[in-house]
Amino acid sequence: MVGATRSDRLTTAGGPSAARRLGGVANAVALRLAVLAGFLVVWQLVTTASGSIFFPTPVEIVERLWQTVFGGQGTPILDHLVPSVARLLGGWTIGSLAGIAVGLAVGASGRLRDYLDPLIHFGRAIPPPALLPLFLVLLGLGDVMKVAMIAFGIVWPVLLNTIDGVQSVDSQYLDTGRVYGATRADRLLRIMLPAAAPKIFAGLRISLSIAVILMVISEMVAATNGVGFLLIQSQRTFRMLDMWAWILLLGILGYVLNTALLAVERRVLRWHQGARRGADT
Amino acid sequence: MPASWKVRTGQVVAQAPSSPRGARLRRGLTGAAVLFAVLEVLTRADLVDPRYLPPASKILATTGSILVDPEFLPEVLGTLRAWAVGMVLAVLVAVPIGILLGSSQKVYVASRALVELLRPVPSVALIPLAILLFGRGTDMKVALVVYASVWPILINTIYGMHDVDPVAKDTARGFGLGRLAVVARVSLPSAAPFVYTGIRVAAAIGLIVVVSTELLAGGSEGIGTWMLARSASGGERELVYAGTIVAGLIGLGLNALFVLGDRRWFGWHQRARGDE
Repeated sequence: MVGATRSDRLTTAGGPSAARRLGGVANAVALRLAVLAGFLVVWQLVTTASGSIFFPTPVEIVERLWQTVFGGQGTPILDHLVPSVARLLGGWTIGSLAGIAVGLAVGASGRLRDYLDPLIHFGRAIPPPALLPLFLVLLGLGDVMKVAMIAFGIVWPVLLNTIDGVQSVDSQYLDTGRVYGATRADRLLRIMLPAAAPKIFAGLRISLSIAVILMVISEMVAATNGVGFLLIQSQRTFRMLDMWAWILLLGILGYVLNTALLAVERRVLRWHQGARRGADT
Repeated sequence: MPASWKVRTGQVVAQAPSSPRGARLRRGLTGAAVLFAVLEVLTRADLVDPRYLPPASKILATTGSILVDPEFLPEVLGTLRAWAVGMVLAVLVAVPIGILLGSSQKVYVASRALVELLRPVPSVALIPLAILLFGRGTDMKVALVVYASVWPILINTIYGMHDVDPVAKDTARGFGLGRLAVVARVSLPSAAPFVYTGIRVAAAIGLIVVVSTELLAGGSEGIGTWMLARSASGGERELVYAGTIVAGLIGLGLNALFVLGDRRWFGWHQRARGDE
């Protein structure tokens, strides 16, 4: 009976008015904006009322961030934002590519997975920031250390998700490929990789948020530039407004990166959702 | 030859998860032993500077010795205590709020928007603020663990409450149960696996946050502080390696506990496991 209701709902949702769906989207956007506005108003009122030096008002914070980015006085923000983003994306790209490549190889062979399973699980169990002291000792204070630490810290979720995705590939796809004479490389890259892509993207999203954390932490402990460095500097010199401006900047950075990855995912996996919808009807 | 390879891959992909336990264990141990041997040979044969990579046997021996070292154990306990207190507080805060927010459709949509707004701020960015507010002691660590852990638990609780089968709720109402009774006897049990998944995600994040704060706010006890001090002194590299291994063991131990709890309490629930 539940199944019947659900398919009813599906047909009504898939069928008629695009206008109604558009109205739904507009509603959701409006609600989101209302929540945002309400949050900002409450934040402004509470901080104004409390007058605490630790909690400046959101208006002041945004003003400060705006001044530092577009005001042209003091530290040019690009000198800090660019190195941060470069470390972050560098480490994330290296770690992701390594995770996907090794994951494809390991996932395609059940035996290899058996051999490596305990090691992979141990690697994942280390809380990523705990790697910092070791990488400091091995690679010093420079950019290489930060990129290497980010790459090593984020490789595990990508690796595990890739293995998982490859192993859950429908064996009919592989059989079909075999019948059509696909070579080993073809099957790896054109059957297993696309079929595992949804899971790989799930791993990439987890690893992106870990990469942001590791970028901030490594810059706080050992750096002379970067947003994490600015943040810890402003704390040490008790510049509250600056500190909040950098927190806001990190929030914006996290949001932009996540949105960009989601856009890529939606584009790359368009066939996937299409395929699912096709299977439903 | 190619033909047999093809057949085998087909079988392996289908069989991989169900290869016999004993064989898997044996292969896993073999893999670890091979890695150990390779690392040992690399350093003993002077292929890698032992100042960077001490012999694996030495690292293992050091790990064993610090695990019984009365000066090291309080650091581990300090880390675990801050983590555990923070997790308990986060559950006490997030689950009731999540139940309230998840019971209403409007509040559910609004709260999702708010959560999406706050989530991009990485929790470690708040460490400087927490240091100023709470000093460098355990309070600061606990406060940050609570902040970072509340979100995943809250989101999952709201989601779980929202996902309760309306037919089940109507049925319970039809049998004359009151609003509270429906929540307690239908909604809560149905949402419990989701809440548990949230706690499990939060546990990993909480551990990341505790170690991060310890790296930044020296002076407080904890495994992060200990490791950073060892790496700064530069002398005994194997101590830093050993500390990293202990951090991994802590992660493994907590993970095993959560898997055990999952199997014991929610073995019946498939979606909770799929949600990882």
